[in-house]
Parts: sequence; structure tokens; C-alpha cells
Amino acid sequence: MNDTFGRRIAGMLHRRPRLRLSLLLSAPLLWLVLAYLGSLAALFLSAFWTTDPFTSDVVKSWSPDNFRTLLTTSVYRDVALRSLAVAVAVTVIDAVIAFPIAFYTARVASPRYRHLLVVAILTPLWASYLVKAYAWRIMLSEGGPLDWLLKPLGLHGPGYGLPAVIMVLAYLWLPYMILPIHAGLEQLPANLLDASADLGARTWRTFRSVVLPMVFPSIAAGSVFTFSLSLGDYIAVQIVGGKTQLIGNLVYSNITLDLPLAAALGTVPVAIIVLYLLAVRRSGALAAI
Amino acid sequence: MRLTRTLVACTVLALATACGSSGSSTDSSNGAFTPPKLSAQKTLGKTEGTVNLIAWAGYAEDGSNDKSVDWVTPFEKQTGCKVNTKVAGTSDEMVSLMKTGQYDAVSASGDASLRLIASGDATPVNTDLVPNYKNIFSSLKLQKWNSVNGVAYGIPHGRGANLLMYRTDKVSPAPTSWSAVFDKSSAYKGHVTAYDSAIYIADAALYLMKSKPSLGIKNPYALDQKQFDAAVALLKEQNANVGEYWSDYLKEISAFKSGDSVIGTTWQVIANLAQSEKAKVKAILPSEGSTGWSDTWMISAKAKHPNCAYKWLDWIVSPKVNAQVAEWFGEAPSDSKSCDYTADKTFCATYHAADEPYWKKVHFWNTPIPQCLDGRTNVTCVPYAKWVQAWTEIKG
Repeated sequence: MNDTFGRRIAGMLHRRPRLRLSLLLSAPLLWLVLAYLGSLAALFLSAFWTTDPFTSDVVKSWSPDNFRTLLTTSVYRDVALRSLAVAVAVTVIDAVIAFPIAFYTARVASPRYRHLLVVAILTPLWASYLVKAYAWRIMLSEGGPLDWLLKPLGLHGPGYGLPAVIMVLAYLWLPYMILPIHAGLEQLPANLLDASADLGARTWRTFRSVVLPMVFPSIAAGSVFTFSLSLGDYIAVQIVGGKTQLIGNLVYSNITLDLPLAAALGTVPVAIIVLYLLAVRRSGALAAI
Repeated sequence: MRLTRTLVACTVLALATACGSSGSSTDSSNGAFTPPKLSAQKTLGKTEGTVNLIAWAGYAEDGSNDKSVDWVTPFEKQTGCKVNTKVAGTSDEMVSLMKTGQYDAVSASGDASLRLIASGDATPVNTDLVPNYKNIFSSLKLQKWNSVNGVAYGIPHGRGANLLMYRTDKVSPAPTSWSAVFDKSSAYKGHVTAYDSAIYIADAALYLMKSKPSLGIKNPYALDQKQFDAAVALLKEQNANVGEYWSDYLKEISAFKSGDSVIGTTWQVIANLAQSEKAKVKAILPSEGSTGWSDTWMISAKAKHPNCAYKWLDWIVSPKVNAQVAEWFGEAPSDSKSCDYTADKTFCATYHAADEPYWKKVHFWNTPIPQCLDGRTNVTCVPYAKWVQAWTEIKG
């Protein structure tokens, strides 16, 4: 009895591929819409509420005040621009450091060591984020290892502050940049490089006209990670940033007290990242992810 | 119909709180606000078998951090109330957790307590149901941060002062005044530290109270716009010399040990820990006095286990337990008899437990509200929400 019922269902699904597909996709799609886009929508909506200034109770009345505050208060503008600058700086530094490393691991190193090198690049990702950030706090401290290293050169470490934040974030997100570039370079056909050399191009010319256009989508893909992770970070800043504030810190400090304002602040990185993704999409890089 | 509903509501409420009579919230005559009409429980009922607490780290230890530090297990054995603790990191977090209504009691500092009272999240506490209340230092009872119009909203837990800590080898001459971190902070440019919370604006106000009497500041938590602007301007000047702000005490210890910070605010417990780790630091109470914190155990208006909560309140201020928690956390106990039970016999002297002249110089954290706390009625004061926004702007 049960068996025949099961067979009938199976037969029906077999005859109707569209129904089959929609049933298969409905669960993940539901999750995507509700949990993912739904939370973003909730964030955006709650940004229009206000709070009671004394008791911090959320007052559910419609008002664009939070966004007005965001645009008119200079400190929010400064912090947003500072966060954007940090994200851009980290991305550029990571791209510049990651390219030669990825080139070595993908094209120069012998196949035997290639896998070991990739494992070595991935290893730091196994250590806790906090441990790495606190390690940097010690390295950057007054009279710490970095000061000690630079002392013979008559220099001084950067101490805690904005440069330290950029350094630490660039360190933390470097593997996310190396891996896509490594993958992109690995797929680069060797005969293209040979052809370029045969046609008389020198190293720099080959790099600019052959290698870079071919791996640009990979760099853009890596930059999506480094850029968005840097834009949202607030913990490394607390540990090595000294008195620096980034947009994540403002969200964090407002979240318990003024949830609607925190939500309004939270839409800023979302908006920046959407714009960034659109720009990356135009470059065709998203097809490579 | 209406009457029936009220009666039903009262019957339900009567399980937890007595119905009807209040007489607690008379209109404001001394500049205080009017809290929602709630009244304290009259008698203790049967314990409910469980109690949910919101506490500062170290306030409800069950032996999981240190086997010898455990006052939760004996409580559970004695009362049959199983304790579930949620540790909160900031006063603001405590306020938002209390709003969920899932907790029975909270160890609120003065900058959270008034907010909880005003929003109706905390209910008055009947001190007769807490036998150990009688031993509590009188200077902690019925204060502005734990009572409204003479009605107690909680049981004092302990207190501490925000001190000025400095590196003895890097700061000379030894400071005696807060001016070292304000007007004269440029001497230690990049190595000054300050507490990372909007409530720190009160520290600047306290300094201005003495250094600029013309501003007329009487209470660092009651600032009108002009006084507030002066305090904010002072902090913006200080910001240029600040190396980092701290809210995590481990971070402050490491900064003082390495010399990244050489002078700034601290708590007694941090100074002790730093000294035990061989940092050359000293903490003093500057001549202007200081700000401080006095924590209060409060009961939620929506408590599902109020009887167990009352048992906890009595337990935590009982002499032995109060001594244990004060020693573990590093604060002055609230129970006058607990000094007999501390493991370190000099503990109460170190933390000035009974040193009333010392506490006279300490202005405990309080929530700034539009009705000036110092009793002025001809001006409105800057409320805490504005302090928070200003704090963001000070840090830039």
C-alpha cells in the first residue's frame, strides 16, 4: 500500500521535472529569503524606528531621523570615510603582497612543494582570530618586538592606531587574497607566456598585457573578501587601534542602547559593499567565483 | 467586565506582588522623575526552584572558574533554587537584557539602575524580606541610584572608586590631581588612557567642578548644556593625548605593563593585579575626589521566580558570601559584618570598606536625566542618550 503510494509520487515527480526542481530548491531558497534577505530587510526597517532617550526602549514609530543624523553629524561621516579608506588600503596592500606569493606557489614552485605551500598559506586560518590579533598587540607594544627590530635602524614601531589596524587587517585577510590569485594563475596557460616572449615582450610587458588581464577577475574576487571583511571589522580595531573608531565600533557601541541608530549605521557598510559588488560585477570577476 | 479583569489580573499578580496599594511614587519635588506605579512584594512565598540572574563577571561564581570560589552551589543546596547566570559586559547590555523579561534579578550599576526603574523593568524591593539588609553600611542605603523618593529598588552589593593609576618610573612628579590627565596630559602624549564609556564624561565634569568653579557644577551627573559642553571640550582636548581607551581590564593591565599607557583611570582590582604582575604602578585617589560605582541587586518587575530572587539577594549580602564576592572581584563589600570573614585580614582596609571620609569624595555612577539630579529646577540637564552621542564625537 505504502509502496504503491511512494511509487505514484516518484512517477509523478519523474514526469514533471519542473515540480521536482522547485521542490528541491524550495527549502534552500526559503532559507535564503527568510534568514538572509529577511534579516537585511529587518535591519533596514528597524533603522526607521526611534528609542526612548532615557529607558532605551525601542519606539516603533516611523521616522527618518536616524538617517538624517547619519548624514548631518560630521563624526559619522568621518568614521564612514575612515572605514572605507581602511578597507581600500587593506585590499591594495593584500593585492600587492599576495600577487608575488601566489605567482611563486602557482607557477614557480615545483609541483611537489606547491601543495605544501598552499597548506602553509592556509595554516594561519586555523588559529583563532583573537589569538592573532592579541599577538599583534604584543608585537606592536611599546618596546615590543617590532620596536626592538626597528631600533638599530633608528626607527620606532607604529604603536597602536590606524596604521596598526591596517597592518593587522592586511595580515588577517591575506590568505583570502592569495588563494583566488593562486587559482587564477594556475589556470593561466604557459604557452601564452611563451608566445608573449617569442613576440619580443619583456617581463614587465608580459605581466601588464598578458598576466594581469587574465588574473584580474581573481584579484577582484579576492578583493571582495578583503574589502568586505575589513569594512565590517570592529574587534581588531579594539585590540590594536588605540583610540581609532571604525563603523563597526559605532554599530557595536550603539547596539544595546540605540538599536535603530545601530541599524542605520549598519546599512552604511551594506550600501558600500553593494556598490562595490556592482563595480566588481562590471569587471566580470564574479563569474570567476 | 472591567472589574473582573482587574480582579483576575490582581490574583495573578498576587502570587508575586501585592496588589493595589502603592503610595511609593509621589510626585517629584526634589527633581526626581516619577517611576511607573509598582509595589514591592509583601511576603515571601514558596521558592520556585530556579532563579535567572544577570550579573557582572565574578558576581555569581559556581566554582567553574576556580574550584575554591563558589558561593552558588551552597546557595542552591540551601534554598533549592537552581541558579542560571547570564554574564553581561556593560551596563547597557544589562539594561537590554532586563527588557527581555526573562531574568529575575540583576546586579545593576548606578548608570543602569535608574533607567531600569524608569522603564518599569525593575520593581521596588521590600527590604524587610532581606534580613541581612540591616548590616549594610548606612551610607549605601536609599541613595539616588538605588531608590526613588525613599523607596528602595534594590540591595547594595559593593562599591569601588575610579582611581588614578600611573607608572611610578615614567611619571614624575607623582600626580595628586586629575589635572595630570586633563590640563597637563600633553606631558604624556600618546600614553594617557581613559575609561571607554560615555559615563567617563562625569570624570571631566568632576575635574571642572574643582578647577573651574565658575561653571557651578554641583554634581558631575547633573550637567546643563553649558557645563556639558565644557566637559566635552575638555575631553576633546584630552583625546589628542590619549593612546587608547579601555573597557576590558586585561587590556589595561597589558598596556600599563608595556608602558603603552603610563597614566589614566583605573579600578583598585586592576591596580592590584598589575602590581602582582610586577608592573611599577600606583593608584591614588586624587585631591578632587573621584567617580565610582556602587552596584545594586534589583528584581525584575516581570520576575517569574521572585521568591528565589529574594533568597539570592539575601544570600549575596550575607557577611560570608559578601566577603567572598568582594575579595574575588576586588571591591569594597556592602555588608558591615563581612570584614570579619575576608581571607586577607587587611582586605577591608585596602578597599576602604568602612572609610566613610574616603567615600564622601566618591561620586557614584548615576544615570543623567533631564531633571537635574542636583535639584536644580530652572534648567534642564543633558540626558544620557546625549552623553553617548557626545562620547562618539569625542573619540572622533
